Amino acid sequence: MVLGGDEPTGSLVRPYAVTRGRTRPQLEIALEALVETTARGRSGQFLGGREQKVIVDLCGGGRLQSLAEIAARMEVPLGVARVLVADMAADGLLAVHEPTGFGDDAADETVGTELLERVLSGLRRL
Amino acid sequence: MNQPADTSRVTSAKIVIAGGFGVGKTTLVGSVSEITPLTTEAIMTSASEGVDDNNLVPDKATTTVAMDFGRITIDQDLILYLFGTPGQTRFWFMWDELVRGAIGAIVLVDTRRLADCFSVIDFFEHRKLPYLVAVNCFDGERLHDLQDIRDALQVSPDVPLLYTDARNRESTKQTLIKLVEYVLSMRRTRTVGVG
Repeated sequence: MVLGGDEPTGSLVRPYAVTRGRTRPQLEIALEALVETTARGRSGQFLGGREQKVIVDLCGGGRLQSLAEIAARMEVPLGVARVLVADMAADGLLAVHEPTGFGDDAADETVGTELLERVLSGLRRL
Repeated sequence: MNQPADTSRVTSAKIVIAGGFGVGKTTLVGSVSEITPLTTEAIMTSASEGVDDNNLVPDKATTTVAMDFGRITIDQDLILYLFGTPGQTRFWFMWDELVRGAIGAIVLVDTRRLADCFSVIDFFEHRKLPYLVAVNCFDGERLHDLQDIRDALQVSPDVPLLYTDARNRESTKQTLIKLVEYVLSMRRTRTVGVG
C-alpha cells in the first residue's frame, strides 16, 4: 500500500461496493472501539457475506479487535469497516465496546482518573 | 470456546503520536507495540460532509489519508492504542477523529525541522489536548539545549519537554509514562483549583 498521501485515488465506488454504496454507518464507532463477536455471530447462521465471515473470525478468538485493526487487516478504508461493523452490531452479530473518552468527551472524571492510573501502572510494568 | 468470562468492562484508550513527516512516529509506535504497526486508511472527498446514501459523487477525486497505529494490552480488559498522525497536517478532517477522546499526545520533534510541528502544537492547544514534546535524538546526539528548543517552539513551561529515542523501547515507554503522569497531574491541579 502506497503511503504517498495526497494523490487522487479515483472513484469511491469500488471501496464502498461491499457496503452496497452506503457511506453512512448505522452508528458512530470510534477508531479504537473494541469489537467482539457475539454468540449469535459465532453460530455462523446469520452471516450476510464474505466480509461478515472475515470480521466474525477476526473478532471471535477471545482477542478483541478495534475498528482500526479490522479496517487495516481487511485492507478496506476505515469508513467501509465502520459501515460493516455497525450493520453487524445492529444485527446482534458483534458487540462494540466504546472507549473511555477523555477531555471534552469524558463521561465521568473519576472513571477517567482511575483509568489513567491503570494505564500508568500498565506502562510501568512493560 | 476460549471466551473471556466477562467482557462487559472491556474498554480502550488512545494516545496520539504527532509530528512532521519522517520524524519517526511509526518507529516510536513500533518500539512498544505488541503488534507490528498496522496502517489504516481514511478516504476524503471534497464533499465528505453531507453526502447522502444515493449520491456517492463518483466523479470527484478522492484523497486517501494513512495512519499507522500500534497496540498495548494494559490488562485483559483495557487496551491502549497509539495512533500516528498523517504526515501532512493539512488533513485536519482526520485529526479531529484522532484527537477525540484521546488521553493526550506526544509531539515528536526533529531539531533540524522544528517548524514542522508548529501547526501541530497550535492544533493541540486549540483543542485543549494535553501534550508533551519529545525531541527525537537520532544516534544519541543531543545537539541542542532543551531550553532553546522550548523557546523556539514557544511552549509553556508547564509542558513537559524531553529527549527520546524513538527506536528504543525503554525510551518510548518512559515518554508514554511521562505523558500519562502529566495528564494525571493536570487533573489533580484542576480538582484542587475547583475545590
